Amino acid sequence: MRDVARWSPPPLIRNPWLRYGLYLGGAVYLALAVGTLHINWARLALGLERGWAFVSAFGHPNIVTHWREIEEGFIESLTMTVVATAAGVAISLPVGLGAARNLAPMPVYLLCRGIIAISRTFPEIIVAILFVKMFGFGPLAGVATLAFATIGFMAKLLAEDIEDIDATQMEAIRATGASPMQIINYGVQPQVMARFIGLSVYRLDINFRESAVIGIVGAGGIGATLNTSFERYEFDTAAAILLAIIGIVMATEYASSLIRGRLR
Amino acid sequence: MLTIAGLTKRYAGKHAANSDLALDNVDLVVPKGQLMALIGPSGAGKSTLIRCVNRLVEPSAGRVVLDGSEVTGIGGGALRRARRRMGMIFQEYALVERLTVMENVLSGRLGYVGFWASWARRFPAADIAEAFRLLDRVGLLGLADKRADELSGGQRQRVGICRALIQNPGLLLVDEPTASLDPKTSRQIMRLLVELCAERDLAAIVNIHDVALAQMFVPRIVGLRAGRVVFDGAPDALTPDMLTTIYGEEDWSATIRPVDDDSGDDDA
Amino acid sequence: MPITENKLWRRHTPAGSLIRWVGWLLAVALLVQCWDILNENTIWDFVYDAPAQAADLIGRMFPPRWSVLPSLWSPLWDTINMATLGTLLGVLLGTPVAFLAARNTTPSAAFIRPLALTVIVSSRSINALIWALLLVTVLGPGVLAGIVAIGLRSIGFVGKLLYEAIEEVDNKQVEAIEATGATGPQRLIYAIVPQIMPAFAGIVVYRWDINIRESAVLGLVGAGGIGLQLNASVSRLAWPEVTVIFAAILVTVFISEWVSAQVRQRII
Repeated sequence: MRDVARWSPPPLIRNPWLRYGLYLGGAVYLALAVGTLHINWARLALGLERGWAFVSAFGHPNIVTHWREIEEGFIESLTMTVVATAAGVAISLPVGLGAARNLAPMPVYLLCRGIIAISRTFPEIIVAILFVKMFGFGPLAGVATLAFATIGFMAKLLAEDIEDIDATQMEAIRATGASPMQIINYGVQPQVMARFIGLSVYRLDINFRESAVIGIVGAGGIGATLNTSFERYEFDTAAAILLAIIGIVMATEYASSLIRGRLR
Repeated sequence: MLTIAGLTKRYAGKHAANSDLALDNVDLVVPKGQLMALIGPSGAGKSTLIRCVNRLVEPSAGRVVLDGSEVTGIGGGALRRARRRMGMIFQEYALVERLTVMENVLSGRLGYVGFWASWARRFPAADIAEAFRLLDRVGLLGLADKRADELSGGQRQRVGICRALIQNPGLLLVDEPTASLDPKTSRQIMRLLVELCAERDLAAIVNIHDVALAQMFVPRIVGLRAGRVVFDGAPDALTPDMLTTIYGEEDWSATIRPVDDDSGDDDA
Repeated sequence: MPITENKLWRRHTPAGSLIRWVGWLLAVALLVQCWDILNENTIWDFVYDAPAQAADLIGRMFPPRWSVLPSLWSPLWDTINMATLGTLLGVLLGTPVAFLAARNTTPSAAFIRPLALTVIVSSRSINALIWALLLVTVLGPGVLAGIVAIGLRSIGFVGKLLYEAIEEVDNKQVEAIEATGATGPQRLIYAIVPQIMPAFAGIVVYRWDINIRESAVLGLVGAGGIGLQLNASVSRLAWPEVTVIFAAILVTVFISEWVSAQVRQRII
């Protein structure tokens, strides 16, 4: 019989050396990381005042003073979002089909997986820098950036969905003597279509959010306007833009949840 | 021990518009130490009845009185103290799967210990000793530090029984204890329940699908149909006619007191 | 039913077909309209020039100037710290928000839940770069602004995924703990927390992985880390240095992705 009066739950990591080693490592890292922060307290005190000015600006957002720029920025952002999503989704279709191991031959598979890897690795803003250098300032660079990111995102998820489909359905269609395109049309498409449309709507949502950012490096959209308003300390204008972004994101999120709900 | 008077539960669901009366004016008295089986078709209100007793489901009307004190109408700390006196055992065990066996058993003491003590898993030594004793009684002492999701169905239900018993209850509410188990384990679990109730002089309400199993182990059977009590008596009084009243038309001759074979009955 | 001759089969009803056609028409019209706006704001001469520009860019980027690599260690260390401390901050703030937002744990579904959901949406709508832009203005340039930016952005991510996990817990386990007479906070730590732990760990590591990517570019707006170096090199048109910085970011991103995938695989 064991000692009945004492019991404590078994620890998550049973090896005590490893356990205390991890605690110690974590503590040392935290100390080092916080130690290299170099906080400038005087600057911080000044900042709190500005921070408060910004927070209070949400109480009186000002959309009037720079209405022209804001309007243009938002139209440009929305335009970029729509065009980039359409183009990205269209291109991601063949790439996604090619990156599905159960459909594509090896060379095509590797090529398409390569495209996906490249597109997913770079942060949007870095891609935007390169495209601005290539296409010049303006929304086209933004469209190219967003479309580029959309390809990797959509193609990867599409390929994964296709790899997960019920193979017997595809086999049944193949058994009827269908051509490869017909197999995709009848055996694959019905199984992945609803989710693909849902993901496209979700990506539309992401692209809008990203379009607000890449303007900072000159790729068009509301980001440039926002950047300017921060640089001029026009917090009331910035607050108005941020509130508008949040509002639009909420609206698209609601719409996309409706659409995805109906597709199920 | 337990008195139920005029208990009614009406679900305010939009979907079940026609059959939203789950319990219809139920009166029951369960004396101390009595084992009572509650039978009836799915949807007859068996589950709702025992959940109304410990107020996991809020009754619409009627009273529940435990040991002379009202359970209906109380809230907060008083309700929690009332719940401590009633141990509940669930159909699919309802163990917290990612906690260890010991933690699951000790969770039966949550009504007695404070928040921080329970957070730090610092239970009184007496509770821990009792937990080990119970685990030993049901034959799971060696599994105390296993995680609950590593156990088999029968083992999990034993842990569930320990969790209910460590509350030191006067009454057990048992919801389909054997519905997820194979026939042999079902019998073992029922036998264990009966023995434990006798050892501790516990009253129990046992919801059960399996009429034969109920007849085999339980001295008093209550039949529920569409939220009303339609039968209350000894197992012998449960005639084919009576079963037809409870469950509807079917050939019942094979169900009444079958010889001690391990036929799977209706629950697959 | 007799089979009539010439029975028509259509994939969609006539009304359905019409809706589809109108839908496609609207979509194409919207696209054309958008293209028009785009066309107005684009200087096509630059675009025709793009292949030459790209070739020129690549020509300038190679060979990479590897000699800058030693000067990148310190900003890389800052980048990782920003991601880690920012994740920590986001998790500390996002976890309570998640519990306030989940239907089954919120103290008030009418008042606090919408508030928590608004916090989550606001944090999610605004990219870490915009948060950084704002915080650099407020707190001054440096790592601190980056940490807070990453933290603020992570609140929404952690909050959303975690509150969805909380709403998906197995309610039977919660009920079982409730039946023992446990208080609300005890129910939280015994029934809900154990169930969401794997999801929680997965979310944290996943977000940390994303935050490494994000913190690598926050320097573009002055928030410290390797992005500062990138910004400096790009504005000096020092493309051979940019190549090295890209390579450093890529390697870091790959390592963090590998770590996060390993950890998530172990948890599941």
